[in-house]
Amino acid sequence: MMGGIGNAFLALWGALGLNAELMARYGPRILDGLWLTIELVALSVSAGFILAIPLALARVEGNRPLRALSSAFALFFRGTPLLAQTFLVYYGAGQFRAELETIGLWWFFREAYWCALLTFTFNTGAYQSEILRGAVQAIPRGQVEAARALGLRKAAIYRLVIVRQALLLALRPLGNELILMIKGSSIASVITVFELLGTTRLAFTRSFDFEVYLWAALLYLMLVEIVRRTWNIAERHLTRHLAARA
Amino acid sequence: MQDIVALLAFGPDGWGDELLAGTWLTIRLALATFPIGLAIGLAVALLKLSPSRWKRAAGNLYTTVFRGLPELLTIFIVYYGGQILLAKVVQIFAPQTNLQVSGFIAGMVALSLVVGAFSSEIFHAAIRGIAAGQTEAARALGLAPWQAFRLVVLPQLWRLALPGLSNNWLVLLKDTSLVSVIALTDLMRQTQIVVGATKQPFTFFALACAIYLMLSLLSSVLALRLEARANRGWTGGRG
Repeated sequence: MMGGIGNAFLALWGALGLNAELMARYGPRILDGLWLTIELVALSVSAGFILAIPLALARVEGNRPLRALSSAFALFFRGTPLLAQTFLVYYGAGQFRAELETIGLWWFFREAYWCALLTFTFNTGAYQSEILRGAVQAIPRGQVEAARALGLRKAAIYRLVIVRQALLLALRPLGNELILMIKGSSIASVITVFELLGTTRLAFTRSFDFEVYLWAALLYLMLVEIVRRTWNIAERHLTRHLAARA
Repeated sequence: MQDIVALLAFGPDGWGDELLAGTWLTIRLALATFPIGLAIGLAVALLKLSPSRWKRAAGNLYTTVFRGLPELLTIFIVYYGGQILLAKVVQIFAPQTNLQVSGFIAGMVALSLVVGAFSSEIFHAAIRGIAAGQTEAARALGLAPWQAFRLVVLPQLWRLALPGLSNNWLVLLKDTSLVSVIALTDLMRQTQIVVGATKQPFTFFALACAIYLMLSLLSSVLALRLEARANRGWTGGRG
């Protein structure tokens, strides 16, 4: 059954004037790459979100050293290219191989996949912390003062007043960050992670058929458009109570 | 510490001049790309504001494609696609010659397509932020549509677009590092070469990061100055 569908697909592919043989050989591998891209993005963006919460809190509520530390983290990861960061982690770890082996972390830094995941998490964590900080600071001061006057403690003020409004404000920039990460994850291909662009480059170096790059372009555009449209629908749904005011 | 100083020396023994040359290429590439990107962005923004449905659709399609594609993929497509295209053109006119696409040109074209997509959004919003009454008043004074745009809208555009455009410049500065994959000897590629020779990857990639960070910070300071200048005499509230 599946084979039948596959053959019909390939026949259609050939009928459209596209390279059916190339598709039969590299199509499945590129699809595997697509899944790896989705996996990398999903893991790093969610881990980055968890990292961004304490980073943003340190910026808003922390004392001077905590604020400085969190700002420096954000400055470094937002002010330098993701490619340079990825090289710094993956190749840079090699300089400390002996030390890393002693503390038993070499297996982690030896693998391009883990290095890419770690770098992406730090990078998107830095961007997301800026988004969350901005959203928290956008809540009018009067609301926090009123909540304090009502006798609420800090944790309760966050839970009942700040977080639910700030997350709505952060929704759109977080969606943009997700899209930037889908695109940025292609950098993993440079350190031999075979995600979507990695498998595409492999197919190209073996077949020298430029068509594979156009398949990858189509897949990336589809992925980005699906996320963008879903996010728009979700945003409209979640902010429907604000529509009258907008 | 002594080692680092020796490694960074200029001349045949140190790597300081290699890194400086790479930094200079990075800056040149970004400076050459940005104005082209802005011109594309303004043209696409005008397409999006056109009364013709087809032109609007073309403008939106452009933005969707070049904002959605990973910058690295755009670079590959322009570089290899350009190679193939050039080979076909050469085949027609001078079958015996062998021309290569320059990495610099390919990087410049690819990155300006991306800058164009992102800045078209900023120009689009900025043009809409200038009250329609101003264009109407200019037309009522007898200015042609193009004159109304050039003399009334354009001078005010910068003030509104500047914050977004300076952000685009910062993104571009970082994106230039991607051209190192098509063998252009920018800061990133030079650093890789130095790492290959010195076997000190962490030291030199950290140094490259520091240089990028310095370029970013310097650009931010300049952008704030430009914004202050664009806002001079602007008291706000007059639409």
